[in-house]
Amino acid sequence: MTEAGIPEEVAAMIGTMTEPTIMEVERGAIRRYADAIDDSNPLFRDAEYAKNSRYGEVICPPGFFGWPLKGGGLEQMMGMLMPAMMKTGLFRILDGGIDYEFFLPIRAGDVLTSWGKIADIREREGKSGKMLFTTMEQTYLNQNGDLVAKSRATIIAR
Amino acid sequence: MAKKQLYYEDVEVGTEVTPVEKVASSQMLVKWAGASGDFNPLHYEDTFAESQGVGSPIVHGALKRAWLGHLMTAWIGDEGFLKKFSCQYRGMDYPRKMASMMAPAEGETWLCKGKVTNKFVEDDQHVVECEIWVENGQGEKTVPGSATVILPSRS
Repeated sequence: MTEAGIPEEVAAMIGTMTEPTIMEVERGAIRRYADAIDDSNPLFRDAEYAKNSRYGEVICPPGFFGWPLKGGGLEQMMGMLMPAMMKTGLFRILDGGIDYEFFLPIRAGDVLTSWGKIADIREREGKSGKMLFTTMEQTYLNQNGDLVAKSRATIIAR
Repeated sequence: MAKKQLYYEDVEVGTEVTPVEKVASSQMLVKWAGASGDFNPLHYEDTFAESQGVGSPIVHGALKRAWLGHLMTAWIGDEGFLKKFSCQYRGMDYPRKMASMMAPAEGETWLCKGKVTNKFVEDDQHVVECEIWVENGQGEKTVPGSATVILPSRS
């Protein structure tokens, strides 16, 4: 066990990076996302309206980076973490929350490259006993190599 | 379809973000699973949800986060830019069943809300910070969060 109280093989994963993932941002995928959350904003669905806006093209609602959402290394990171987490006996996994920072709008037709990093894993004592908090960072670049967004997601195992 | 634009000068500390109402139904969860690609059975299978200690299928945290994204993008208008956005999934929410093919049964309605906590000009940008949250039918904040937006200025 480490100072933070987490098993060595789990601690060893801190700093692990995923392979880059390429995601094509499609108009139809943006529209299905907006439909699913009952958001009728024409910037996310009306090509004609968007063309005349400052963006010139349909844009993504915040947090959408193309389908699937977990493409940005999140799924890969979960795949790496799960076997180690299972050994700790903490097999109930919950999404804890997320922080985003956005730098540029993402338009339909953009091709994003993203990757993830396991930034931190720490133990905390919760109401129902021991819990592991894993922080996963994701970085998204567009086809011009410009940084469009960064996120930090927290996954809770209990 | 002209939309109203919000300006930096229109808001003060304490100004309310125009609320957005949402109804989570089992159908919305299915649509969200397809649109997001999150096929975790926690959100559609009773026995798995039970084994995970949440009783029955719960609303995706990320769906509630997307509701908060709607709250902010609708409020800031086409000329506003959402710069930062964060939320924590603190409380479980359970979707309404469907009463018919298209309509959810009577039940809980969720409200996405927010209020301005700070405003300032930095590097020529007109920045507004907000506290935001999703409130369940009992008035409990199940998803607290915050947002930082850049608004156009009239000056």
